[in-house]
Amino acid sequence: MTDVLERPAHAEGHGHEEHGPTGILKWLTTTDHKVIGLSYTVTAVVMMVIGGAFAEIIRAQLSSPNGTLVSLAQYNELFTMHGSVMIYLFAGPFAFGALANIIVPIQIGAPDMAFPRLNALSYWLYLTGSITMLSGFFVAGGAANFGWVAYVPLSSSVATPGSGADLWIGGLLLTGFSAIFTGVNLCATIFYLRAPGMTMFRMPIFTWNLLVTAILILLAFPVLTAGLIMLYADRHFGTHIFSVAGGGVPVLWQNIFWFWGHPEVYILALPFFGMVTEIIAVFSKKPVFGYKGMIFATLTIGALSLGVWAHHMFTTGTVLLPFFSIMSLLIAVPTGIKMFNWVGTMWRGQIWFSTAMLMAIGFLVTFLVGGLTGIYLASPPLDFFTHDTYFVVAHFHSVVMALVLGAMGGLYYWGPKITGYMLNERIGKAQFWFLFVGTQVFTLPMYLLGLRGMPRRMAVYPKHPSWQYLNDWATVGAVLIGISTILFVVNVVYSWKRYPAGDNPWDGHTLEWFTTSPPPHHNFYRLPPIRSERPTWDYNHPEHKALEHGHREPAAEGSAK
Amino acid sequence: MEPSALSPQGGPERPRRRGRLRTLLVLPLAALALAGCTVPRFGASPGATTSSKSVFHLWQGFSIGAVVIGTLVVVLIVWSVIFHRRRSGAIPRQTQYHIPLELTYTIIPILIVLGLFAATMVVENKEVANPKTSVVIDVNAFQWGWKFTYPGHGVVVVGQTTQDPTMVMPVDENVRINLTSSDVVHGFYVHAFNFSRYALPGVLNQFTLRATSTGLFNGQCTQLCGLYHSLMFFRVRVVTAGQYQSWLTSQANAAAAQAAQSATSQQISSIVPTKPTKG
Repeated sequence: MTDVLERPAHAEGHGHEEHGPTGILKWLTTTDHKVIGLSYTVTAVVMMVIGGAFAEIIRAQLSSPNGTLVSLAQYNELFTMHGSVMIYLFAGPFAFGALANIIVPIQIGAPDMAFPRLNALSYWLYLTGSITMLSGFFVAGGAANFGWVAYVPLSSSVATPGSGADLWIGGLLLTGFSAIFTGVNLCATIFYLRAPGMTMFRMPIFTWNLLVTAILILLAFPVLTAGLIMLYADRHFGTHIFSVAGGGVPVLWQNIFWFWGHPEVYILALPFFGMVTEIIAVFSKKPVFGYKGMIFATLTIGALSLGVWAHHMFTTGTVLLPFFSIMSLLIAVPTGIKMFNWVGTMWRGQIWFSTAMLMAIGFLVTFLVGGLTGIYLASPPLDFFTHDTYFVVAHFHSVVMALVLGAMGGLYYWGPKITGYMLNERIGKAQFWFLFVGTQVFTLPMYLLGLRGMPRRMAVYPKHPSWQYLNDWATVGAVLIGISTILFVVNVVYSWKRYPAGDNPWDGHTLEWFTTSPPPHHNFYRLPPIRSERPTWDYNHPEHKALEHGHREPAAEGSAK
Repeated sequence: MEPSALSPQGGPERPRRRGRLRTLLVLPLAALALAGCTVPRFGASPGATTSSKSVFHLWQGFSIGAVVIGTLVVVLIVWSVIFHRRRSGAIPRQTQYHIPLELTYTIIPILIVLGLFAATMVVENKEVANPKTSVVIDVNAFQWGWKFTYPGHGVVVVGQTTQDPTMVMPVDENVRINLTSSDVVHGFYVHAFNFSRYALPGVLNQFTLRATSTGLFNGQCTQLCGLYHSLMFFRVRVVTAGQYQSWLTSQANAAAAQAAQSATSQQISSIVPTKPTKG
């Protein structure tokens, strides 16, 4: 079936790899987006395992009301670093640094990112920032302990004098710059390096989502960077930007942080939405339903996300404007459009339940729960009721665990393209069930815990029969999720170079499935004609073009050739 | 064009015939519709203030919407997972657009959202209104405890962590709370009131509580405030008007010395972060 691409004889000498350094020196000096992307992937997955280990300790501590596994001080460090590692060092870099770095240039038929050296700098900044932040555990006073949001004055030099806090700020600054550079790179690549025929409305949804993500990065991350510099100046240079004593305003930090923090939610989420969109279309053997509507929904989400930051601050009482409530509620509309488009893509398809597709369906269900509970939080009275309780914790864990399901789907889907080898499907499906069931067992009890009044970030809690069994279930869920992570590592080790993938194992739609697995140095020996957002599909199935509802299938002509 | 069957072990799904499962899926839905005679609580409770009751009703309204839409989407997902699974190598119709359908699932959610917003504003405007009242309590949060001051009465209640300082307030009366913080951000949260508000340094947060029943309610700091955040408890005791007056008198008499001390700290914004005194 698949067109086996023959490697042109003259191409052999063109692989620059052969001329350059080899081994570790090659990895250190590379500017190849695929190698950098792979480094990102491995680093981000390691961060996920580290952050996950923190989570397991947290849940173990909470399995009894007066847990003594860690001290109160250590507990504050643990949940701070759990949140920081997962948001700053895993989810973000994985979303726009790892798979995006590898796949976006290939999806648009480009040989590399627009600025390959900047791309390498991004990775090394990210790695350095990660190590900087985590090194807080090895200094006197321990790692940062003021929560991943670092609210001033708790993060001031008076309340938190330790250098763990400074390492947290420094590490976050470095990874922030890494994100900004990646944002610049993605924008330039998508705007300028598209192959002939690849118009904006022929770009795959994944690439579209990364474009919106990159724009959001450019709008939001510099604000965080500025805020972090202000915080550092307050701590060490005697400024009083956030300190009441010097005439500053502590709430300003919350405004700055969430002006970055809410777009960040979509910076994290949109790439995974993109992955899931691709996976669902390919494994349903159908085009993305409502392709253009999907793009407008993504653009709308991006635009709205810049005007909703204050819904994180309703209980401060300082920003109680109806504007923020209606903007936040409205985000449900484009998100709902996406949800119906995903269902519409599966509808009357021929669904192939590969591990990647199972992960994508798991994403749909989990994200549905997280999305619907998010609507409550856009309503200030309901936010007063649930803010800083486990309801909120459950809400965003439903969302981010959906993203983890999407990330795993992405790895199973694109892994074969990147490495040339498949992962074992049987272990993959076991991993899916542990991850999916574990996620629900972990998050659903936490919703009830919040409604029953348990605040977040408590190392110990009152003995309360209606809280206890819910905490027990959440801990069981965390253990199941932990097992799924172990299964993933086992699968990678077990499948190592075991199942050769071929160029197009899933009958893919987009350009990455047209080239070899792994792709050659500059990605393509040749390109098919690009006449829709599914050039590889058009090439392989010229008689099956996308249709509007009610239109007849045209007689097979094979005009694409 | 078959996808290369290289997928290890799992491989392509075997086609299964589950023809009449559809009826099995529709039946529970009908049962659910019939059972909805009394509005369920969806995990929340009406609480003990006038506001907490309207918040509770808002909660029910949002929950009905969430359950209906959530059920619809889950049914659609499960339906396609069961009935549109791969059965042959055939390529399905490549439908990509259905404009009327797409418009429908854009416009209906907009209408739902506008309805939710309207309900939100009605409840919120009631909840954040601060009607005139004679009962005022200054609440000051600090690392790691609470101080409740009754201006004009010379009464101060202060306590740290597990000492459970108790705020006493009268039932069926508007009680104005002036909330401040002496150091970091804290959260004033009473579960039975379905309400929380930050105590911010340098900011005066005012809100009004109107309890509808007497009793003792648990409160707690909800915003991370440092080492003993987990233990920063307080209580709210709602009593009758008569009991409230006699409590005030007895407190004022018993702690005349403390009252003199508290006069200085009644200033709303204590600008310099102070370390709390013991006891």
